[in-house]
Amino acid sequence: MNFDFTDDQQAIKRTAHDLLADRFKPDTVRELAEGERYDDAHWKEIAELGWAGIFVGEQHGGQGLGTVELVILAEELGYSVAPVPFLSNAAAGLGLEHAGTDAQRDRWLPGIASGEGRGAAGVLRDGVAQLVPDADSAAVIVLFGDGGGVVLEPGDCDIELVAAIDQTRRYSRVTPRDGAGEPLAGDAGPALDRIATVIAAEIVGIGQRTMEMAVEYARDRKQFDRPIGAYQGVSHRCADMLREVESSRSTTYWAAWAAEAEPETLPLAAAMAKSMASDAGWNVTSSALQVLGGIGFTWEHDLQFFLKRAKVDGAIFGSAGDHRERVAQLSGLGS
Amino acid sequence: MDLTLSPNEQSFRDELSAWVAANHPGEEPSGDEAAWEFKVAWQQELHKNRYAGLSWPEQFGGRGATLIEQAIFGEEMARQKAPSPANVLGLVMGGPVVIAHGTEEQKQRYLEPILSAEEIWCQGFSEPESGSDLASLKTKAVKSNGEWVVTGQKVWTTFAHHAKWCMLVARTDQDAPKHKGLTYFLMDMEQDAVQVRPLRQITGEAEFNELFIEEARIPDENVVGGVGNGWAVAITTLMHERAGLGAAAAASVKIALGQLVELANERGVADDPIVRQKIAALLTDAEALRLNAWRGLSGIMKTGIPGPEGSLPKLQWAAINQSLTELAVAIQGEEGLTRDSDWTYRFLRARANSIEGGTTEILKNIIAERVLNLPRLR
Repeated sequence: MNFDFTDDQQAIKRTAHDLLADRFKPDTVRELAEGERYDDAHWKEIAELGWAGIFVGEQHGGQGLGTVELVILAEELGYSVAPVPFLSNAAAGLGLEHAGTDAQRDRWLPGIASGEGRGAAGVLRDGVAQLVPDADSAAVIVLFGDGGGVVLEPGDCDIELVAAIDQTRRYSRVTPRDGAGEPLAGDAGPALDRIATVIAAEIVGIGQRTMEMAVEYARDRKQFDRPIGAYQGVSHRCADMLREVESSRSTTYWAAWAAEAEPETLPLAAAMAKSMASDAGWNVTSSALQVLGGIGFTWEHDLQFFLKRAKVDGAIFGSAGDHRERVAQLSGLGS
Repeated sequence: MDLTLSPNEQSFRDELSAWVAANHPGEEPSGDEAAWEFKVAWQQELHKNRYAGLSWPEQFGGRGATLIEQAIFGEEMARQKAPSPANVLGLVMGGPVVIAHGTEEQKQRYLEPILSAEEIWCQGFSEPESGSDLASLKTKAVKSNGEWVVTGQKVWTTFAHHAKWCMLVARTDQDAPKHKGLTYFLMDMEQDAVQVRPLRQITGEAEFNELFIEEARIPDENVVGGVGNGWAVAITTLMHERAGLGAAAAASVKIALGQLVELANERGVADDPIVRQKIAALLTDAEALRLNAWRGLSGIMKTGIPGPEGSLPKLQWAAINQSLTELAVAIQGEEGLTRDSDWTYRFLRARANSIEGGTTEILKNIIAERVLNLPRLR
């Protein structure tokens, strides 16, 4: 039993943390978010470091590492709220890697791993995927639905940009044409569970960062001649943030570990991780806003980027309620 | 990262699991005296197999178990619904204090009778006016003719009516700052100057007692850890108490949640979306409690020091146990509110969970001040 990262995993975490802190300083994030764009140089660098294909098999140009390593990157990308098309590309890659046909994998995974032919992924409901990150710039789009999924090229669908609250990413509404695309090979469950886990990890990073923002502010900000963090109304709020962040982190790491080491546990672990993190993402960021007070409500403060990203992450690939329903199904509750 | 047990840990679990299954004493008998003797007998059985002082070093009759093994033990006992040993406070707190802070003579004198349940221990910390602010306690010990004379009142003293020894924290220096003027004593309960009165609780039973101490005598050699060091001695034991408990607590709420799922199925409410959401949330919280506890242990195994992280599982456990018993009672409607219902008993008993062993508010203070480094309240 060792519920901690290996030395190699620690090294990945440290490298990612330091690099992202340098590349995505608050001014950079703000400039990109307000312009609703990415900087290609960022993506190029990330892809060259091998992050885009960290989980893709070596035969397709990836690093062949596991879900734990992917989760480490996702958490750091959340911590830095980096405007990069990483999550969407990873979600499409996981879909193809774990549910695609051999031909689909051979065709699309090399581009996803190298970053030169990016993927995007979303969930189809009633023939439409409402909120698909980075569909407008993807070479391949994987849409999941009814236990399976379909692989589409941009020409197979209508792609319409959506003005989502989260401006650190570009979102589209994707409507596949009737009968367009090619179905995935098999059960999409293992892919969807991994995607849910990776999004949960991103939320953990966002939660950690906003908790730090709130705590730092609570130490410095004085009212009635004392730091506001000395008042239990504020400090207990911060303790609750820690409970939610740590609980989300523990369940997310568990799911990531189970993906390879104990696949029979993955469905329950992923559902628990995503339901817990989806709620925690909103609870922690909105609670941080309350600690920051008026300044947290301004456009000028960076909290908004984290809060909005957390809210969107909580909704895509299944809300907290959706995943709790899965937990209920997997726990012998009812017919 | 590896969340499976190592071969050594797994064989520890297998051996323990088989042993408990073979030696489980069954249901606790009714009646106070019979129930007590049952717990004593169970502890003697545990001791024969060196499971009583699991965490104690081998030289003192324990197994020198790692924190992971202690957590496995707690989980396994909860899973198999084994009773708790009679002398639980002596095993978890008293013995470790004597081992860490006691003299050679004290180790020779006290440790073996703790393990064998020959001498039961109780804890004299809380007072009517000193609950969360433990260091403000007023029970006074004055030295006179080579012995200490103690006067004061203690409360929430479990097993006081069975106990031979009381781990007593008393004020020995009225002028020192409040944390510095305390001393940790082992007080003999078998003297007329110590009166025990049962304290009836909202469940109707009396798990706890009040102690009235009127000029009780304690020989000087019964000071543990030196005069004036009582706070430090007491606090290390509280940390150890919390570090190992999370995994066992998680195992016990998981069992209770299994029963809640059964209840929902039996009562025909398992397809109600609100019930489903609530139970799924509790199952998720219980899993997070388990994982937080194990992740905390991995951290302590690395640093060797139990820290304030133990506070998080404790407050999570209290919240989960309260919510799950509330939901069980709600599912049963008016029928659930009778005094002979086991769920109703557990529902009432759970109210204490956020008070006993550190209130949820104090635990949040600890997290805020010692984990998040927020400014101190005082």
